[in-house]
Amino acid sequence: MAEARALASPRRFAVPARWRGTIAWLVANRLASGALTLVIVSMVIFVITGWLPGDAAQEALGQSATPETIAALRAQYGLDKPPHIRYLHWLQGLLTGNLGQSFTANLPVTELIAGRLPKSLLLAAVTAAVSVPIALTIGILSAMWRGRALDRALNLATLSMVAVPEFLVATIAVLVFAVKLQWLPALSNAVDVSTPAQFVRTYAMPVLTLCFVVIAQMARMTRAAVIDQLSASYVEMAVLKGARPARVALRHALPNAIGPIANAVALSLSYLLGGVVIVETIFNYPGLASLMVDAVTNRDMPMVQACAMIFCFAYLLLVLIADLVAILSNPRLRHR
Amino acid sequence: MSLAGKIGLFFVVAWLLAAIFGPSIAPHPVGAVVSPDVFGAFSSAYPLGTDYLGRDMLSRILYGSRFTIGLALVAAICASVTGTTIALVAATAGGWVDELISRLMDALISIPSKMLALVMVAAFGSSVGLLILTAAVSYTPGAFRIARSLAVNVRTLEYVLAARARGERLPYVGVVEILPNMVNPMLADFGLRFVFVVLLLSGMSFLGLGVQPPDADLGSLVRENISGLFEGAPAVVVPAIAIATLTVSVNLLIDSFSGRTGRVAEN
Repeated sequence: MAEARALASPRRFAVPARWRGTIAWLVANRLASGALTLVIVSMVIFVITGWLPGDAAQEALGQSATPETIAALRAQYGLDKPPHIRYLHWLQGLLTGNLGQSFTANLPVTELIAGRLPKSLLLAAVTAAVSVPIALTIGILSAMWRGRALDRALNLATLSMVAVPEFLVATIAVLVFAVKLQWLPALSNAVDVSTPAQFVRTYAMPVLTLCFVVIAQMARMTRAAVIDQLSASYVEMAVLKGARPARVALRHALPNAIGPIANAVALSLSYLLGGVVIVETIFNYPGLASLMVDAVTNRDMPMVQACAMIFCFAYLLLVLIADLVAILSNPRLRHR
Repeated sequence: MSLAGKIGLFFVVAWLLAAIFGPSIAPHPVGAVVSPDVFGAFSSAYPLGTDYLGRDMLSRILYGSRFTIGLALVAAICASVTGTTIALVAATAGGWVDELISRLMDALISIPSKMLALVMVAAFGSSVGLLILTAAVSYTPGAFRIARSLAVNVRTLEYVLAARARGERLPYVGVVEILPNMVNPMLADFGLRFVFVVLLLSGMSFLGLGVQPPDADLGSLVRENISGLFEGAPAVVVPAIAIATLTVSVNLLIDSFSGRTGRVAEN
């Protein structure tokens, strides 16, 4: 799908015909469209959040504000300038890491984010490390035994898992592991994770919850990618020459499916971005997503803008990686 | 239809009936404090227990399902209809119109739905209208992408070429020739949009940024009873399970019809 998108949108620039369709051209094209998308996304976010500029100053000062103090604050935040100037100013701030001042905490946004971002990245990294091997195993097994009882059971399981809300998984995990069994603490404040045991106690439940949907998603896409290869004629050839099913799947099909699988992994990981919002809140995990939810609740606009841009950037990056992997792993393009 | 499909159909019908007739079959008024026992367990008087104020959970869920299902239906219909309409315009017009619309949709699709919802609520505050608008806008590009790829395929079929050759106008070609042949896959896609919207809106309500009190959808019910989690109160888990039965059964039903995969098409 992603590959089709990258390949199906040729942009007509004045370039020599022999460049078009080469890997370098496709990659450059994809990078350029990624950059353009990022600019459009930033505009959308800025237009939505910058709609009511007076409100922000009013909100920050509260009921006691006089017109003069509001005007002063608006000038201080640069809210008295026309929208396109404010947008460019904000964009410049994004690029230089100067994201303005948080309305509620009265600290630089950059400073607050710097404290939270590594924690969210760690959570995402642990989740990826746990979910990728499990999902690939499920997906490849399903594909090898497609149509059989195991595949149908796994299909039903993953189909149901993708539709389960994160907070159900989280609440059941808390009920089982924290309330009934009392193995784990219900909150993951991540204050002290110096020993492996503490690390597991802190991360077990948030990671379990995040893995639930991601694994189901990734397993389904992996299965589709491997089945796609298994239906190719070279696989039929391998079967006809008498190779055993496991050998056909692992030696013949899998190496060719690595590109599509990597694509599936990157796309599935982008679902983390939605899940992490719920999970960080429910477990009180001090990451970027819970910072953003607090900022939304308090209508702390500079913070909301910055967090939204970081999440959208991460999402675009994952989709970009997925597309690039699809382009680079396409053997038809390799020797152009 | 497979067994899983039948189970899905049963729950989907049951939930639709609950949403339509819920208030008339609910044993207690939605806001009535009926029991001195807060976070009560399952009992014959209160089949699903009681909540943090001693209200009947069964009644709360019947009323809440109305919000969850109603909002999601409206938003999903908006998203599917808008996406399909724009896709028909793009596919029949072709050329630079198609290119421009597709580019714009590609950009919109790059904002994760939860991020868009958070930003919208931060800017405008939460209200039912805003939630529907946000969910519809979030899932329109996804519906557009599916509908466009279907329409582009149908566009090249001979009877469509024949219609163009005999000089039919573009709106006629789009609505009379192309649309009828993409209805089934678009209905399956509509089911998926519905599931996404339910998950998005109940997630927002769970964060306290969705449906606002005194109204409550199923996500709000999980949130307002979350303090009962540590005593193992059914009031926390039951509404969450209710959402899961709804979304999972829609997924099972669609899968048995079309063999389409679950959340793969999100965004």
